Amino acid sequence: MSPAIFLSDADVRKVARLARLAMSEAEIDSARAQLSGIFGLIAEMQAVDTQNIAPMSHAQEVPQRLREDVVTEANQRELFQSIAPQVEVGLYLVPQVIE
Amino acid sequence: MLDSSLQQLGSALRARQISSVELTQLYLDRIASLNPKLNAFITVQPELSLAQAREADTRLASGKADTLTGIPIAQKDIFCAKGWRTTCGSKMLENFISPYDAHVIGLFNKAGAVNLGKTNMDEFAMGSSNETSHYGPVKNPWDPARVPGGSSGGTAAAVAARLCAAATGTDTGGSIRQPAALCGISGLKPTYGVCSRYGMIAFASSLDQAGPMARSAEDLALLLNTMAGFDERDSTSLPRDKEDYARDLNKPLNGLRIGLPKEFFAEGLSSDVARAVEAAIAEYQKLGASVVEISLPNSKLSVPVYYVLAPAEASSNLSRFDGVRYGYRAPEYGDLTDMYEKSRAQGFGAEVKRRIMIGTYVLSHGYYDAYYLQAQKIRRLIAQDFTEAFKQCDVIMGPTSPSTAFKLGEKGDDPVQMYLSDIYTIAVNLAGLPGMSIPCGFGENNMPVGLQIVGNYFDEARMLNSAHQYQLATDWHNRAPNGI
Repeated sequence: MSPAIFLSDADVRKVARLARLAMSEAEIDSARAQLSGIFGLIAEMQAVDTQNIAPMSHAQEVPQRLREDVVTEANQRELFQSIAPQVEVGLYLVPQVIE
Repeated sequence: MLDSSLQQLGSALRARQISSVELTQLYLDRIASLNPKLNAFITVQPELSLAQAREADTRLASGKADTLTGIPIAQKDIFCAKGWRTTCGSKMLENFISPYDAHVIGLFNKAGAVNLGKTNMDEFAMGSSNETSHYGPVKNPWDPARVPGGSSGGTAAAVAARLCAAATGTDTGGSIRQPAALCGISGLKPTYGVCSRYGMIAFASSLDQAGPMARSAEDLALLLNTMAGFDERDSTSLPRDKEDYARDLNKPLNGLRIGLPKEFFAEGLSSDVARAVEAAIAEYQKLGASVVEISLPNSKLSVPVYYVLAPAEASSNLSRFDGVRYGYRAPEYGDLTDMYEKSRAQGFGAEVKRRIMIGTYVLSHGYYDAYYLQAQKIRRLIAQDFTEAFKQCDVIMGPTSPSTAFKLGEKGDDPVQMYLSDIYTIAVNLAGLPGMSIPCGFGENNMPVGLQIVGNYFDEARMLNSAHQYQLATDWHNRAPNGI
């Protein structure tokens, strides 16, 4: 069940792409070395027998609460947009995505 | 005044022996003179603090004061506070002025406490030495060549150096307890779900928990009384009746059963730390407690499990930083994807990027079962160890950190060595249990040693009782660094 610990430059490049992190060739090289070390540490986990053990996500085993589907927040567009990198006429500006 | 407890400060304020403005100014002056050396604060906004102090003085004059009214409390820079720059130690949020209050901040405001400023921290709380902060490392007040611990290192240094009456921290894998130990102060991570995570910038949501950091257990109890409570805006906040965490402080310790995990006193523990912790246990026995050896056989797996779960959750949480609605945006970019990639590459520091990469990898196609699911299963085994242990004891004690504060730069190049410095604290987060650290002596180079106390779920009052009785019998918590 244990996947290979060795990471290639291509693996690192793929992960950086998924994580939306621009990386130079030098950064990819050092990331590969450090991540391999960390995955060496993580690999200790693989030898543990966890058959019939349920995964644990919350210590108290409480179900997610639901609430009524109603508006609870006031509109604060101006306040929220005052900290945005770029806005125009109440809209967030990003590079054009549709031709 | 600087060595007064919160109770004493509150009494002096209510008796009008000192005003909140005077007290706030006293601390602001200390910050102005000592912060250049310690770098414990990222942001101080005296006009905001003094405005709150003036309001507190009005409230004090009207006789409607609460326990903490008028007391200057520093806030870890992970808590959003309306009108305050909130950076989370990152370049990504260098210019982020929070438009709202975290739930915990709201509770302090309601109590009339004064926000004294935002304390330095590892970037997005990812670190054990405060060296990953974009705003420079914090220096340990006991020796400025050494780290204060992390990630709540600014808070720990500020409390130790008497730059605030008390402060807040957050703890995902030890970020309250480890810096508390390394700076010789007291810190408490409550049971997961006791303090709301709303407005606390998320690192690993299933582990993150806010808590108080102060000079004594008595102060921690008063702070927790203000910070704890159900909040519907946090989906994992626990609905529970309000409790007085100070209610058991004065109970004697006769009959207290202390569990000592044999795994926490094994290889890897520095002898100076072991000596101080063993002396503390002996003191507890003098106070009427008994000791039983316990075993937490799966705790050795907590570091690898943590370094799957926390980065996985972090990679998801930090995907919100896209340079669109708030935060850093790269000055030059091509298309939208390029804007995301450059903004994130330039806005995040090396450790944060490393953890995002780990998290993205373990959650990526084909690896989920082998890493994330396997880690969640072992998490249950780790939690079950504690459940078994608490059948034999009331509290668990041991070292908080395997060594005293290390030198700045000492572990900088080796993330794995840095990760191992949280070996005794991480299991507690994985199980969701409350844990605390109190000063219990000094090790080599006269650096503070922390005693970790772990309680069963919702047993904070008993832990605080254990810590307070020890602090009545010893004076480690009253020691202050030289020149402070």
